[in-house]
Amino acid sequence: MAHQSPAEIDNPTFGERFNAVAAWPMRVLFGLLETPFRALQRILGIGRMPYIFLLPNLAFFGIFVIVPLIINFAFSVTGGDELFLNERPYVGGEQYSYLADCGSYLDPQSCREDRFWRGIYNTITFVFFQVAFMVLFSLVTALILNREIRGRGFFRAAFFFPVLLSPVVVALIWKWILLRDGVLNAGLTSIGFERILFFVDPTWSMFWAIFVSIWAHMGFYTLILLAGLQAIPPDLYEAAEMDGTKRERVFWRITLPLLWPNLLVVIVLALIKAVQIFDEVFVLTGGGPGTATQFIVQYIYTTGFANQVQNFGLAAAASVVLGVVLFVLTLVQLAVTRRKEDG
Amino acid sequence: MISRLNRLLVLGTAAMGLMVGTALAETELRITWYNDGNEGEVMRGILDRYEAVNPDVKVTLDVVPYKAILESLPVQLAAGEGPDMARVTDLGGLSEHYLDLRPHVSDPAYWETNFGPFLKWLRQPGDDSAISGFMTQLTVTGPYVNKTLFEQAGVELPGDGATWDDWAVAVREVADKLEIPIPMAWDRSGHRVSGPAISMGAKMFDADGNPALVDDGLKTMAGKLYDWHQDGTMPKELWGSVSGSQYLGANEDFANAQVAMYMSGSWQIPQFADKIGDAFDWWAVPAPCGPAACTGMPGGAALVALKTSEHPEEVGKLMDFLSSEEVLNEFYGKTLFIPGHLGLAANGVEFHTDDPRAKHALETFAAAVPGISPTAFDLQGYVYNRVMFNALISRLGEAIVGELTLDEAYDRMTQDVEQQIAEKERGG
Repeated sequence: MAHQSPAEIDNPTFGERFNAVAAWPMRVLFGLLETPFRALQRILGIGRMPYIFLLPNLAFFGIFVIVPLIINFAFSVTGGDELFLNERPYVGGEQYSYLADCGSYLDPQSCREDRFWRGIYNTITFVFFQVAFMVLFSLVTALILNREIRGRGFFRAAFFFPVLLSPVVVALIWKWILLRDGVLNAGLTSIGFERILFFVDPTWSMFWAIFVSIWAHMGFYTLILLAGLQAIPPDLYEAAEMDGTKRERVFWRITLPLLWPNLLVVIVLALIKAVQIFDEVFVLTGGGPGTATQFIVQYIYTTGFANQVQNFGLAAAASVVLGVVLFVLTLVQLAVTRRKEDG
Repeated sequence: MISRLNRLLVLGTAAMGLMVGTALAETELRITWYNDGNEGEVMRGILDRYEAVNPDVKVTLDVVPYKAILESLPVQLAAGEGPDMARVTDLGGLSEHYLDLRPHVSDPAYWETNFGPFLKWLRQPGDDSAISGFMTQLTVTGPYVNKTLFEQAGVELPGDGATWDDWAVAVREVADKLEIPIPMAWDRSGHRVSGPAISMGAKMFDADGNPALVDDGLKTMAGKLYDWHQDGTMPKELWGSVSGSQYLGANEDFANAQVAMYMSGSWQIPQFADKIGDAFDWWAVPAPCGPAACTGMPGGAALVALKTSEHPEEVGKLMDFLSSEEVLNEFYGKTLFIPGHLGLAANGVEFHTDDPRAKHALETFAAAVPGISPTAFDLQGYVYNRVMFNALISRLGEAIVGELTLDEAYDRMTQDVEQQIAEKERGG
């Protein structure tokens, strides 16, 4: 570090003067807070002080997460279509038993609330394929972008760009591409193929719901994996190269094991996000054809808000079921993260 | 320097005082509104004139998407956070939130005389006297045809008294000859299906007046719709491509001459006059017949006063102004809406259009009003009609794409209606 001359100390730069002025209000604030906090520390002891500092965040979390959760649960044990809890009759577990009333859980048609079960099965199908392909494509893309290829910076930005778009914009772009007179059908007919009505066929609709979702979110997961790949020490690859190890073996024995903690995080995050799928698919397919792409969150929204009789109780009960699933997935994520931290 | 500063301070304080004083004197009324065509623009012009002669009142027109009227407004109203007035189409469904204007309007008898049959659509069950608003637009459902396509194909338009089957044969012939993709399209809406179902003999209610959606008449019409989707008369993209009770229209396909016959309603007239113009002859035709009737469904949008208003007196005065014969003549005339004012309906509205197609469509729909089945009026006035419409559209849609058989769909329709009404009644 270069020594400062006495002249430099006497004549601070503009930046130093600006910092001194900007820090002044903070110094005043800290000065004001010091006395009460010292008093508080004397009363509570230093061991309890962290809770005081956590309190504002906990209050925020409590008001905007815990309280709504409790209200949601309270709604799920009431009936009718009144908005205020005190005007709603208590019905106990009726909403839950209505949702669970099935001849066979494998056949949604045998259930009283068939759309709830179709929503569950559609969500399971979506999650299975979307997460599997999302992880696979993100991994492949990260591996490619980790290599010394021409235009690497451009490609990294290009793959990340859809993450920045609003889900509604993503869905509208793809809808214009896939409609009867959309760009894709115009291309198909121009080379002699028949027009395909993608949104009328359940398989095509599910395919495009999964595809568009992967397209929109892949960049985020690619970035996580790319960071993981760059953290792998290069000398391991050099040693493998000196030993004449084949590239496939290097991938399976070095890259994948060392990337595994990042991959697990990606899998769990993608899983949680996929279970919550709603906005993109709602705009893209409207849940159709029939109920082929109606997922659980759309069921909750429709039941609670889109019907003339707004069945908040049933929607809240379905939300609690979804919440339990997400809670389990979050526990898995926490366990995985902890294992990663423990090495 | 000091005296200049003082002068500035005095002037500033006076200006602030004036602004605050004006703000305090001004009553702001908010109207939640949606647009099908140019009605927002026309209404704004009328409100500007009202504000000019009532400088103490400011009226804000909050234009929202139609979906917000159906889904967000009811929640707002239930929470007691609604606007002063709103333009709504779920006329009976929201009636518990309407303000009774009788103490606040200058002449309740004028309202009874000119809006009488429609006022009951806005009343709660058991109430036969409340006045809550007026129809900004009376609508009648019915089909449009692309007459130019019929002429090019050399196919005669089926005449008065033609059945839905006659029309299905004709439009298939037009589509086959000209290779257009959509012979017939219906809005994906339970309201649109109900008129033809009543024509086929659907009663909609049992002898006690309770909802009874599924009967032989409804099954006949639903069966035809199902068959037309399977044989290509109707495209699955409308009824099959979305879930639940979501609305989809074929207005853009019709305007692009992709459709020979489009079952929608009178509210499309201004839009077609604007979008299609004279590109082809779009023609409204009378509602096709079934064995029981040749009826469409009545309906429309009403401007209603809401209990959430803190200025009922001012709302009453504004409603008096807006519902006057002179103002409504201008409003209906400029928007090309069928009048929901009996005096104007009898005397005729001066519509601001030279388009012969728009004039013909207005005449056709206006002429259809006397022939509307009483069952259709009862259904329109039924407070839970959207429960019935939604059950019909969502379950029939699921049958059309093969998720349910028609019989399963009928069972589910009945179950949906019973479950939702039971849930509503559980709340009291």
